[in-house]
Amino acid sequence: MASKRRSILPGFGLTTGFALTYLSLFVLIPLSAIFLNAMAQDWQSLWATISSPRLIASYKLTLGASLVSALFNALFGLLVAWVLARYDFPGKRIADAIVDLPFALPTAVAGLSLTALYAPNGWFGRYLGMLGIQVAYTRLGVLIALIFVGLPFVVRNVQPVLEDFDLQVEEAARSLGATRWQTFARVIIPALLPSLLTGVSLAFARALGEYGSVVFISGNRVFETEIASFMIMNKLDQHDVPGATAIATVMLIVSFLMLLAINLLQARSRRYMETS
Amino acid sequence: MAHRRPRHETTGNKITRWTLIAAALLLLSLFVVAPLLVVFANAFDKGLGGYWSAITEPDAQAAIRLTLIAAAAAVPLNTFFGIVAAWSISKFDFPGKNILITLLDVPFAVSPVISGLIFVLMFGLQGWLGPWLEAHGIQIIFAAPGIVLATMFVTVPFVARELIPHMQAQGREEEEAALVLGASGLQTFFRVTLPNIKWSLLYGVILCTARATGEYGAVAVVSGHTQGGTNTIPLHVEILYNGYDSTGAFAVASLLTVLSVATLIVKKLVEGKSTES
Repeated sequence: MASKRRSILPGFGLTTGFALTYLSLFVLIPLSAIFLNAMAQDWQSLWATISSPRLIASYKLTLGASLVSALFNALFGLLVAWVLARYDFPGKRIADAIVDLPFALPTAVAGLSLTALYAPNGWFGRYLGMLGIQVAYTRLGVLIALIFVGLPFVVRNVQPVLEDFDLQVEEAARSLGATRWQTFARVIIPALLPSLLTGVSLAFARALGEYGSVVFISGNRVFETEIASFMIMNKLDQHDVPGATAIATVMLIVSFLMLLAINLLQARSRRYMETS
Repeated sequence: MAHRRPRHETTGNKITRWTLIAAALLLLSLFVVAPLLVVFANAFDKGLGGYWSAITEPDAQAAIRLTLIAAAAAVPLNTFFGIVAAWSISKFDFPGKNILITLLDVPFAVSPVISGLIFVLMFGLQGWLGPWLEAHGIQIIFAAPGIVLATMFVTVPFVARELIPHMQAQGREEEEAALVLGASGLQTFFRVTLPNIKWSLLYGVILCTARATGEYGAVAVVSGHTQGGTNTIPLHVEILYNGYDSTGAFAVASLLTVLSVATLIVKKLVEGKSTES
């Protein structure tokens, strides 16, 4: 932990000033363009745009699929983090590396390859079709894409906490008579909860704004598989810039609320780490 | 994060352990490995010849060129910014630091479509500077400058985000010692700080490059989707795919996929280096 005393290192004014200027120029001013533009609009038509039935359907899908994918990733990510942190097995380094693929792979490439996998003639789609399950161009496809992009967030938040977890605490619980399951549920899970929640909320936030990996597999069917980001693109394709700005404002407000919640969560988990 | 060996393996009996390992590997294969493999399987669908002609045809070459230009602008600038911002955030305490960190995260937190829309609102015909730009014959939106700007915006956080935790963990003692011994500020940075952060810097730069070359949503908004002039690799891939040239689309996409796999390999190497030191 860095001490609070004044640093003797040089360059505070220069580096902080440069960082602030750069962020203002490239992030803050461009971003404020959205809000200023939305403010300048006629509020009635703005409201009409963002509350149309087609958009309501897209918000519902975006929120619902993001939530379900984040919850799925809570379990999936916990399992992967647990196995990577606790066990040794052949190919472990490769498995550990591959977890970051969704973070590094361009979203459009992910979108195309997921569509190829789950299309009716694809590697998975072929067999799922026989079972009567269609993934590509349905809401299930949206969900699969969001699970793909969200996984690294949960694993990478939970894994370091599991690796640092004091095994003596577990041993103490066991020697005091707790069963393996009780130790897991009462000792390990509470310790993991802050990092798990942070990972899940990061995955959820990412899913809310995801575009590239979803739009190919979803097929963008009206009232069925249109996500909120796609609706912005749709308005822009019709040269309706005010409409696009209105939807973007709604999404930005939700994103900021999520960022705020995540920062609070992280502050809480830091406090937990410090007191334990 | 440094890679550590598990201290012991007493958790669970043998059956539980191998069931969990098998379940994790099966899910990872289905959800992550299969999408990776299907790219290459489709790319070489028509053999090496088909692959080669897809990535060498003029439109693909134009897309590759523009992608490289955008990356050549975004990566060095954001690397320089990343180092400077990481120095400020990790070596000093000051009021408003959290606001700076939050601002840094914004390009990562907002939808890529919104990132593109921002530049339409600033430089588009109906935007702030649109009329002025048009009067002077400067085109930013639906042209290469817009693509470069959007790419710069979305890749702002990556180098800084990689460096900050490492520089915070290292503290200030080594730099303070160098300064006390008479080194100048820049000497301290190049001789003390840089050798300490070089591996995470390398990973940050490669991740930034992968994201810059692979950006799709933001670039799709500012490009206007026209063939030839303003397509980057991901946009060219989309056009091929929508034109039912799936093999061509995956062939071009495989270029980006190779870069992202290289990113993963570098990350592993960097983790190995940081545990050695």
